[in-house]
Amino acid sequence: MSRPLDNPNPKIYPKLEEKLSVNEQIEDIPRNADAVDARRVFELLRNITDPEHPLTLEQLNVVEQRLIEVDNEKNQINVQFTPTIPHCSMATLIGLSIRTQLLRKISPKFKVSVTVTPGTHVSEAAVNKQLGDKERVAAALENEFLCNVIEQCLESTEEL
Amino acid sequence: MGVLELIQSLEGHKGRVWNVCWHPSGETLASCGEDKSIRIWMHDKSKWVIKSILLEGHSRTIREVSWSPCGNYIASCSFDATVAIWDQKSGQFECNTTLEGHENEVKSISWSASGQLLATCSRDKSVWVWEVTDDDYECAAVINAHTQDVKKVRWHPEKDILASASYDDTVKIFKEDTSSSDFICVATLASHTSTVWSLSFDKTGNRLVTCSDDQTLKIWHQYEPGNEMGIPTPDNEPVWKCVCTLSGYHSRTVYDVDWCKLTGLIVTSCGDDVIRVFREEDDSDVHQPTFSLVCKLDNAHTQDVNCSQWNPVTPGLIASCSDDGTVKLWSYSD
Repeated sequence: MSRPLDNPNPKIYPKLEEKLSVNEQIEDIPRNADAVDARRVFELLRNITDPEHPLTLEQLNVVEQRLIEVDNEKNQINVQFTPTIPHCSMATLIGLSIRTQLLRKISPKFKVSVTVTPGTHVSEAAVNKQLGDKERVAAALENEFLCNVIEQCLESTEEL
Repeated sequence: MGVLELIQSLEGHKGRVWNVCWHPSGETLASCGEDKSIRIWMHDKSKWVIKSILLEGHSRTIREVSWSPCGNYIASCSFDATVAIWDQKSGQFECNTTLEGHENEVKSISWSASGQLLATCSRDKSVWVWEVTDDDYECAAVINAHTQDVKKVRWHPEKDILASASYDDTVKIFKEDTSSSDFICVATLASHTSTVWSLSFDKTGNRLVTCSDDQTLKIWHQYEPGNEMGIPTPDNEPVWKCVCTLSGYHSRTVYDVDWCKLTGLIVTSCGDDVIRVFREEDDSDVHQPTFSLVCKLDNAHTQDVNCSQWNPVTPGLIASCSDDGTVKLWSYSD
């Protein structure tokens, strides 16, 4: 029943904790834990599990803090994510997991956009259009099968 | 500039409200949404009050509701792939007919002016036309003309001509072929650069307004064979031309548009939480019309506005609904 993996050997990147131990300066920057900024959004997303591997989106470099934009004046959040390979069939599902997590954890006053990092996926425009269509997203989240898969991806994001 | 004044905010839905529809008498309003309920609101003395809540017709989000032209039926369509027909023969609204056939989410539903035809459309890319005789609904046509998701269907205000808007960025016009009695696509309106979310005919049916994810509105004019402008009409079929594009007004996806049959005003519902009203200028040339923004109400809702509809009887009365879970009633004045 298991189909071949799209990307059997992804490159693995260090997690924030690992990076912090080598460069403690990052932690010195004072920040308000309740404020919505790129770091806060990254915190919400980095532990989402990849649908194919027991690795997080942070470890696969699918989400990066530098690709998250938060505009508190316009109440806008833009997240770009980078599929590990350009023909990744999971791109829409990963985008949907990111969208769902933000839908649940971020105030509804924010207009959220989730898109593929330009030039990193063969069906970039189609994936972006689907993720930008709130009707299709809403319908997908009422689909029991899809919902279960997304729940599994999001399980690991629950704060300890 | 015109003014939009809030008359009342109607609370009760849980979660996103997708659609509102006025009863032909203008005295009753139906709304539906994510909570799988249809709510019917009535004007009672000085206030709008809830009259009934219809449950158990659908197992998923109800995307759209539509009163029949006679006002005795409500049709609703849902992400559960079905269409429900509600009547009040027993004294209260009950779902006595369910139409099945679409493969997945049914997104829009529309009664023809005579009430004898019902059109539905779905993510399965098809448009269905149902023939209505008494309480019998028979599928008269399955039209596979779009290449993607069909978002909206609307009938011409008088004739059996149907328009549909799609995720494939086009609008298509269908009518019954007299020889085969099949519905065929007679025109494809291509100009938007992203999903066309909704459309509305003007009161004559000779013009259409469409709205899109590309953040524009477009006005289309129908040219009949032998038109005075000398615009060619291949196969003796009317052609639809985009005669005006309103860009730079909306800052996010425009989810709905309604062309008032009483006043000629156009109202839009946008993902930037704003309700806007446009008016055609007095010296506007029909072949190159000019419209101006006469009202822009920021934060009309606290989240995306999904639908705004003009009351069919009282000029200037608007019902709107939003992701914020509310239905709001507005009065527009110049």
